[in-house]
Amino acid sequence: MNDLEYTYAVARIRALETSLISSTDIERLMACQDEEQCLQFLSEKGWGDGTGSMDASAMLTREEEKTWEVIDDVAPDLSVFDVLSYPKLYHNLKAAIKEVCTEMENKNIFYDDCAIPGKEMLSIIQNKEFGRLPGKMGEAAQEAYETLLHTRDGQLCDVIVDRAALDAIYEAGQKADDEIIRNYAESTVAIADIKIAVRSQKTAKSLDFMKRAMAPCQSVNVDQLAKAAASGMDAIREYLLGTTYAEGAQALEDSPSAFERWCDNRMMETIRPQKYNSFSVGPLVAYALARENEIKTVRIILTGKQNEFPDEAIRERIREMYV
Amino acid sequence: MSQLGIVYALLGAAVAVFLSGAGSALGVGVAGQAASGVVSEDPSKFAKVLILQLLPGTQGLYGLIIGFVTLSKIGLLGGGAAEVSVQTGLLILAACLPIGIVGLISGRSQGKTAAAAIGIIAKKPDQFGKAMLFPAMVETYAILALLISFLAVSAIQI
Repeated sequence: MNDLEYTYAVARIRALETSLISSTDIERLMACQDEEQCLQFLSEKGWGDGTGSMDASAMLTREEEKTWEVIDDVAPDLSVFDVLSYPKLYHNLKAAIKEVCTEMENKNIFYDDCAIPGKEMLSIIQNKEFGRLPGKMGEAAQEAYETLLHTRDGQLCDVIVDRAALDAIYEAGQKADDEIIRNYAESTVAIADIKIAVRSQKTAKSLDFMKRAMAPCQSVNVDQLAKAAASGMDAIREYLLGTTYAEGAQALEDSPSAFERWCDNRMMETIRPQKYNSFSVGPLVAYALARENEIKTVRIILTGKQNEFPDEAIRERIREMYV
Repeated sequence: MSQLGIVYALLGAAVAVFLSGAGSALGVGVAGQAASGVVSEDPSKFAKVLILQLLPGTQGLYGLIIGFVTLSKIGLLGGGAAEVSVQTGLLILAACLPIGIVGLISGRSQGKTAAAAIGIIAKKPDQFGKAMLFPAMVETYAILALLISFLAVSAIQI
């Protein structure tokens, strides 16, 4: 699609970016005494449904809905955004497989704002209609379903579906015409691989397990990363120092939460140049990701305040903002 | 053959008006889309974004001026067409080309720059002066082309 087709959308997003949560807003949230004060501040900033309700969960859910309402409204072509909902789509697949295999009903475990909402996914898995799933998702679904049914190994089922999700994101990135989608896919897969390496190292997983879980991408060599993870945390850090994710090595040294924080900050770094792009789908994708990031950060602060965590513990987990 | 001379001269006027007008239409269109995006979220910025949207509209006016001067030169505005040789007709056509071509390209480019400047207004409305300067820079080249076309058409003896 011609980049000029996005002129209206980008201008509207620019106007909306003024209401994004800034670092100053985060400081003000941190200065609040308790969760109630935080919710009051957010409500004054326009968060929530406008009724003044102080239900944190409802407020955050409403904000997620608002983001996609805006994107639905302004984007000339919504298919570009499909890749952003892949994590939710594959989460639905995991949840449906587990619900069917364990024959246990759970409430509120599905996302409805993706290509295949929870109810439909559940029906597909119950009827074993794997062919109805898009692309290679069907094969992964069947493999995960049969694995869980025969081995009762929930983690293996998760690994199969998560790997399929990463492969799907990477494939969508490779096929995308827009640079931001390619960068998003590359960063998402690379960071996920690094997370797998770190967590696998901590839980002493085998090399084969890591190779099964990691998705190949351009900026990270999964074989070398898996071998490094099998050798120890220092080897992971050493490997990362030789890649474009060198800052991740430092974060790993600091603490596990600093590393998780770096993973999200790295994504913000990837999308930040879109602040200066006046055309193309880039600023729209960046806005959606920035909103996701700020909602996640606000959730961290609210949870911290609710549980009376010390400020330092919350601050360590606060992500960098897009604006 | 004398008829062909006036055809070339008229073609010159048409090129000046058509190309520069098309450039302005494209530019104002792109800037208008950006302006609509901002006003749909913040109607208070209407006046500022309207000025930026209008900036790429000047190329069309420059083309119109050259078109008028050309028509006046060949006597079509006065009611009686002058005798224009093929050589003179081609000279007039060549004289009209600068504003036509530069008008088309600069109009489109200015529209894109104005759309980007509207993004500045969306985020920092107090920076209106600076935001206006960027698309105004593109205007320089349209003015230069207008000047050359005007001097050239005026200098041609009929």
